[in-house]
Amino acid sequence: MSYGERVKALVIGCGRVGSNVALQLAEEGWEVTAVDEKEEALTRLGENWRGGFVLGHGMDVDVLREAGIEDADAVVVATNGDNTNLVVAQVAMKRFDNQCVVVRILDPARADFYRTLGLRTICPTKTAISELMDAARACEIPSREPVTTT
Amino acid sequence: MYVLIAGGGKIGANLARSLLRDGHGHEVTLIEQRRDRYERLEHEFEHQVQMGDATEIHVLDRAGIARPPDVVVAVTGDDEDNLIICQLAREKYGVGKVVARVNDPRNQAHFDLLGISATVSATASIMALIEHEVPEHDLIHLLELRKENLEIVEVQIDKSAPAAGKRVEKLKLPDGSRLISITRNGRSEIAIGSTELQPGDQVLAILQPGKEDELRRVLLKN
Repeated sequence: MSYGERVKALVIGCGRVGSNVALQLAEEGWEVTAVDEKEEALTRLGENWRGGFVLGHGMDVDVLREAGIEDADAVVVATNGDNTNLVVAQVAMKRFDNQCVVVRILDPARADFYRTLGLRTICPTKTAISELMDAARACEIPSREPVTTT
Repeated sequence: MYVLIAGGGKIGANLARSLLRDGHGHEVTLIEQRRDRYERLEHEFEHQVQMGDATEIHVLDRAGIARPPDVVVAVTGDDEDNLIICQLAREKYGVGKVVARVNDPRNQAHFDLLGISATVSATASIMALIEHEVPEHDLIHLLELRKENLEIVEVQIDKSAPAAGKRVEKLKLPDGSRLISITRNGRSEIAIGSTELQPGDQVLAILQPGKEDELRRVLLKN
């Protein structure tokens, strides 16, 4: 793939989750710009980061513009605040008309409700619950004597 | 009237106090997230204050949002929280009236985008008052009629203004704008076609947001 044809992604919130999404998309050949309000976040992307990085808050439309939201093919919203994520995702969809916006929401109730409003919410809490349940069910439990009551 | 207030800071607490003052007969539930603040509020408001994050659905449920309240007021210090509280109230629970505090005026556009009104911003209001006092701003925003998508502005006609000495009907005002009144030497009159503008006149105009520059060109030429 030659330069200029690459798919563009914007990753808002460059913490543990966002930085790894940014790194893996870049690995797969995407042109990635990360946004975070803390400068230290850039260190999570490593010394070999060739993508973009914009320092600023996702609620700030000037920051979003500078990061290229107007021609991003995909927007990943993963700051550590559910409400910030919900607002930024809706701004990306409704104001900048991005068709592909995915948003991390930790609270299952808000994740479910905003999904009904058309947001593509991803809820790691729900994933964790179901994986922990599966893991607990898969434990080998030594057989016990049935409990008898007198 | 049943009013649900999210955010027990100075604004939220004073609002609850005002609503509960004798004679009003309103019912109020106040939600505050911080334990220290909640405990102080509980002394005063007792069962009318609840502790929790008002952006969490189970907290809103416990506060009786499903009834639903006549008004939900979101006055926390976080604009994103205020936005989401109002959005949940309206879209999930069918609350008819929401009022949101805008802390950072730059976030006003987000509230507008998501259809959250009415909004109140102390910073924006004070800015508007300052602009009203400082004459270097030649076009002053007096009132925004958000639902109508109109605003009322004030301009002062000076000697060099192209509109000075002209009748209103001769002005090529931009579409979507109209002059309301002229104030001259402390006396105001409604602007009609035959009204002649004179240097020193204070003119009120109503227009669609975004037409300010066109109006400025016709009246003031800056």
